[in-house]
Amino acid sequence: MHEFDWSSIPRSLPFLWQGLTVSFAITAVAIIVGILWGTVLALMRLSGVAAFSWFAAGYVNLFRSVPLVMVLLWFFLIVPQFLQDLFNLGRATDTRLISAMVGFALFEAAYYSEIIRAGIQSVSKGQLAAAAALGMTYGQSMRLVVLPQAFRNMVPLLLTQAIILFQDTSLVYVSALADFFGAAYKVGDRDGRLVELLLFAGAVYFVLCYGASYAVRRLQQRITP
Amino acid sequence: MISIRRVSKYYGDFRVLDDCTTEVRKGEVIVVCGPSGSGKSTLIKCVNGLEPFQSGEIVVDGVSLGDPKTNLNRLRARLGMVFQNFELFPHMTVMDNLTIAQTKVLGRTPDAARDKSVKLLARVGLEAHAGKHPGELSGGQQQRVAIARALCMDPICMLFDEPTSALDPEMINEVLDVMVQLAKDGMTMMVVTHEMGFARKVANRVIFMDEGRIVEDADKEAFFGTPRSERAQQFLSKILHH
Amino acid sequence: MSYHWNWAVFFQQTPSGGATYLDWIWSGVQVTVALSLSAWAMALVLGSVVGVLRTVPNRWLAGIAAGYVEVFRNIPLLAQLFIWYFVLPELVPGGERFKQIHPVAQQFIAAMVTLGFFTSARVAEQVRAGVNSLSRGQKAAAVALGFTLPQTYRYVLLPMAYRIIVPPLTSEFLNIFKNSAVCSTIGLLELAAMGRQLVDYTAQAYESFIVITILYVAINAIVMLLMRQVEKRARIPGYIGTGK
Repeated sequence: MHEFDWSSIPRSLPFLWQGLTVSFAITAVAIIVGILWGTVLALMRLSGVAAFSWFAAGYVNLFRSVPLVMVLLWFFLIVPQFLQDLFNLGRATDTRLISAMVGFALFEAAYYSEIIRAGIQSVSKGQLAAAAALGMTYGQSMRLVVLPQAFRNMVPLLLTQAIILFQDTSLVYVSALADFFGAAYKVGDRDGRLVELLLFAGAVYFVLCYGASYAVRRLQQRITP
Repeated sequence: MISIRRVSKYYGDFRVLDDCTTEVRKGEVIVVCGPSGSGKSTLIKCVNGLEPFQSGEIVVDGVSLGDPKTNLNRLRARLGMVFQNFELFPHMTVMDNLTIAQTKVLGRTPDAARDKSVKLLARVGLEAHAGKHPGELSGGQQQRVAIARALCMDPICMLFDEPTSALDPEMINEVLDVMVQLAKDGMTMMVVTHEMGFARKVANRVIFMDEGRIVEDADKEAFFGTPRSERAQQFLSKILHH
Repeated sequence: MSYHWNWAVFFQQTPSGGATYLDWIWSGVQVTVALSLSAWAMALVLGSVVGVLRTVPNRWLAGIAAGYVEVFRNIPLLAQLFIWYFVLPELVPGGERFKQIHPVAQQFIAAMVTLGFFTSARVAEQVRAGVNSLSRGQKAAAVALGFTLPQTYRYVLLPMAYRIIVPPLTSEFLNIFKNSAVCSTIGLLELAAMGRQLVDYTAQAYESFIVITILYVAINAIVMLLMRQVEKRARIPGYIGTGK
């Protein structure tokens, strides 16, 4: 029977906590950029302009057919070098975190854009017609009438995607970036206590994500009449 | 054949069925009517155990529903039920809809089941549609298939829960005709319906329910001629002048 | 930019000899496909059982099934993989024997089990949604005919539920192919791992990544085409929506 020794964990809490903040940071950036860029992509896809909708469709379909791991590897192995060549930058570490964030955000935007597109389409066409009849431009109708309603409908789905995103941040492991999971692994590997640290990491993720999804469910009950 | 004694069903304070007592004898046709929410559908669903009840007793052909030793599935196979929304199984052909319960519940051989199904499809006038799927039939046709499906089980009694309420007006008669013929052939029937013309034609007794209670339970002539309760009078006057 | 494009690199011999880089890529594709298909089979079976259990009247069974789904949905895939690969063999009797078998077999089994359990939780949710979307009357009609509960599920509820959930099941199937890339982290040489190898061994990073990307897109497209055939075959004449 395995001899459990949990003492590594209290000793390494500061390091683990730092990893957790990195996870949160990546999640936050990816959510914000993902929703903004995702909204633009959704609007491009729904617009009548062929060039826009082709680009948006191609972008979304591409990022949704490839693994996130591959996108992160791409951004980890190739882009920093590419950026350094292009901009003559200095240290490697900075570009690593930023590359991970950018890769993440671009990837998640594709998923967010699908949620947002469905949300926009769920607002009845009559709303757009009414706004137009009042003399609003397309931009105004979108901004003042359709998008507010669409977002209210989508909030549970957007939040659920955010929870998935938070779990996905663990994949920056392939970039040797110390997010929470990477930090837990490092500690476990260093102290020979991999079993305890992995179980600990799993438990922490479970508590955070289950708690968050429970909160989203309660929110959903409040929203739907 | 069916004996309902002091049956009550409630959710908290809300009484869906309140102390209902009545009887259905062999060969009788009972029509249950009343405003919506009166509990008439619930009452009929208690008879075949689809709905549980808190107090009282229901005995069907000597078998008590409340008895823990009762095999409810076996009992249900002996009672036929027709639903407001037909509830044919959409992924099966008409023929499969009719044979599946015969083979899986009654254990009949596929050939025997098929023969029976063909006979009963002819009885409701739909032999030509055996190979079709329910989605390809009209509402009236689907309901007639549903009646045939229930009849295939050789039930001792047929329960109808508002069989024509979901039908377009033009299709109501084709279903009612089948039911009238069924009654004339001697089937024991308990029918929840608004179709008073049907009641006048073949019912033996009419039960009027309101707010979970059986308000009137009388012979057809008595009910239509001289209803005793004011509520029943109101109800009749409203629906008969249509 | 001083990059030299060289698409012929794929036909070069690998340092270990006896194979070209193209062979490496092909081997990666095979591992990815084998892993994904076996994990999908596991996920379908487990997920169906758990999904059905979530809909039965028995509170205990439904609760256990709900717990199962929550566990596998709230822990990241990478963490689950590491737990199956590193932790379970230490804790479970028979783990010692597991550690003796061929390393590649260890990786494959751990990967398959991880993907299988992970995806089964999501399949379970789809099955649950499919069963719940059927009108209550279908169950009532089956019960009224005398069917037992298992018979009702087998002949009435599940045949329709599975047809209804073919689209979301398709995306779960596609997800398995994408999630298989995560298993490169324990050393399994599936397609993404091969991509990384190529970048390390050749100097042609761009070509390697473009080819790997194209392969994933191709796998995606092929699976979608296959599932569309499945959906066509499962269609019922005259049936459009989800019933009344």
